[in-house]
Amino acid sequence: MAVITVVRFGMLDARIESEVMGFLARTLDCEVQSGPVLPEPAGALDERRQQWMAIDFLKALVAAAPARGRILGLTGRDLYIPMLSFLFGQAQLDGAAALVSVARLRQEFYGLPGDDGLLLTRARKEALHELGHTFGLVHCPDPGCAMSLSTNLPQVDFKRDAYCTNCGGTARARLAALNGETK
Amino acid sequence: MKERWQILVIDDEEVMRESLAAWLREDGYTVDTAQSGLDGVSHARQKEYAIYFIDLKMPGGMDGIETMMEIRRMQPEASVIIITAYATVDTAITAMKEGAQEYIVKPCNPEEISMLVERIIKIKNLQRENQILRKRLTGQYEFRDIITKNPKMLSLLELVRDVASMRSTVLIRGESGTGKELVARAVHFSGDRAQKAFVAVSCASLAETLLESELFGYEKGAFTGANAQAKGKFEIAAGGTIFLDEIGDISPKLQADLLRVLQEKRFYRLGGTNEVQVDVRVIAATNKDLAEEVREGRFRDDLYYRLNVIEIQIPPLRQRREDIPLLARHLLERLSSECGKELSGLNEDALKVLLSYDWPGNVRELENAIERAVVTCRGRQLTADDFSFLAQAVEARTNFTVPAIPLQELEKLAVQAALERSSGNVKEAAQALGIDRSTMYEKIKRYEIER
Ligand SMILES: Nc1ncnc2c1ncn2[C@@H]1O[C@H](COP(=O)(O)OP(=O)(O)O)[C@@H](O)[C@H]1O
Ligand SMILES: [Mg+2]
Ligand SMILES: [Zn+2]
Ligand SMILES: [Zn+2]
Repeated sequence: MAVITVVRFGMLDARIESEVMGFLARTLDCEVQSGPVLPEPAGALDERRQQWMAIDFLKALVAAAPARGRILGLTGRDLYIPMLSFLFGQAQLDGAAALVSVARLRQEFYGLPGDDGLLLTRARKEALHELGHTFGLVHCPDPGCAMSLSTNLPQVDFKRDAYCTNCGGTARARLAALNGETK
Repeated sequence: MKERWQILVIDDEEVMRESLAAWLREDGYTVDTAQSGLDGVSHARQKEYAIYFIDLKMPGGMDGIETMMEIRRMQPEASVIIITAYATVDTAITAMKEGAQEYIVKPCNPEEISMLVERIIKIKNLQRENQILRKRLTGQYEFRDIITKNPKMLSLLELVRDVASMRSTVLIRGESGTGKELVARAVHFSGDRAQKAFVAVSCASLAETLLESELFGYEKGAFTGANAQAKGKFEIAAGGTIFLDEIGDISPKLQADLLRVLQEKRFYRLGGTNEVQVDVRVIAATNKDLAEEVREGRFRDDLYYRLNVIEIQIPPLRQRREDIPLLARHLLERLSSECGKELSGLNEDALKVLLSYDWPGNVRELENAIERAVVTCRGRQLTADDFSFLAQAVEARTNFTVPAIPLQELEKLAVQAALERSSGNVKEAAQALGIDRSTMYEKIKRYEIER
């Protein structure tokens, strides 16, 4: 059984999913599979904010998660939690589910011409970041590490699509344990 | 080191508090949640949080401002961030006047909130560093500065805490580096003598006559070079505490003098004829087995009984290994800030090395090891490599193969080997084996070992 399952919600471009899957398999050196396309959770849309509640998406992912391993959900919707104006993604710390929104990773969101390459690079970094949380990693003080907190795009663009030595060590140890369990 | 700082989120709305808590946990903080003002206050009664996020509008008795005031009454140092909606910003501004550091309007930009939290924690870290530094400089340690979770240590600390404000003499036993002086300072600075002097004297480092004048002072002309009257440590400590370290090493003459001070609270300065009256609490420490010194006739029994009114024995670090990670983190925090290095902690392999080492020099040796590692390390985290100097010692020990023979014979071999290495010096051999001399003699006799 695969260690990581990647799914997308609703209308998201399938190329983003396959790019992220390939990247994760290479970087984390583990089996990555594609899951079913999930419907967007009913009631997650806040009409007034025109944003989608991240918690509802995470719940849907937890429900769809395989017994072992991790699940990563991708969405094109702009996410929020009540306290915050937006989120690039969210995950269960040390849990099964991770979620990434590409809405604010697109140049178009800021009125700029689209750039597919840039979008995919950003999606890879955020996927690695949110999955890192499910491996128990918290934000890393190294601004070049994928686990550093980014609250704006310049920060996302600054970091690498890789963990630093410390974070990488923890992630690998977790993955090795998961690899054993999912065999 | 973020793990140390805890945050409490108080909000009646579950989604609100749980989603904020989850977000803060991803940042590495330990976060608890409370679902009402009352619940929040009872959390604050259990432990001290670095930051309280409090929702302004909460139903059921206590609103955000009342909750904040109650918490700040209990913990004046606490930082409070009031969460408010646009509609109630005015009330939030009132809250600032009542002592909230900040308010945030929901929904809040993630950048803003992470910077706010970071700023508060940075200040808390600085305050903590200053506090640690101030303590290092003044030596004004209290019981909460003694780091341990060992049950034996905890009950021993409870005992000395109870006697902190009494005048009774305390005898602290333990190997060197176990924290005897630290405990002595905590007894003094937690008791009702805290405002008076704490004076430490190491009895082992001075020659007899020097120690005598050091302790009791001298009159002008008492000896050549005594050009003026000088107060001794007993007088300097008047009303406070004198800490006599390594008391087991003092001469019979000084033992007699000391006994007199303890009995009569009076003494003569060297060369003096007028008695000086003092009220001084005596705390003594030794790494020797004083009872054995008494049996061997090297230490007066009457002085021994005067000293050990309250006797505590601090276990060596190897007998309370659970303290090693706690102490290591604490020392790392202090030493890295002293060395001006920002280190995020120790990794698991480094901890394993520290846990497997025996620490014959106890906490002081651990302190030195961490300092050495902090100075030489390259990364942001201490790793096993940074402690390779210890690993070598451990390896020498673990590579030692034990022959499968009866335990008794093994013990005999060990006793023999230790004696050989010390060229027949029983005291040295006993020390190397970590037993006292009388036990050593017993074993020599039992195994009929020739010396
Ligand atoms: N439980 C402890 N918590 C924190 N620091 C400790 C503890 N025990 C010892 N130390 C530190 O270790 C060092 C040696 O302690 P000290 O009191 O001088 O030992 P002793 O007097 O037994 O030789 C000091 O720097 C002291 O602050
Ligand atoms: Mg000492
Ligand atoms: Zn994160
Ligand atoms: Zn990192």
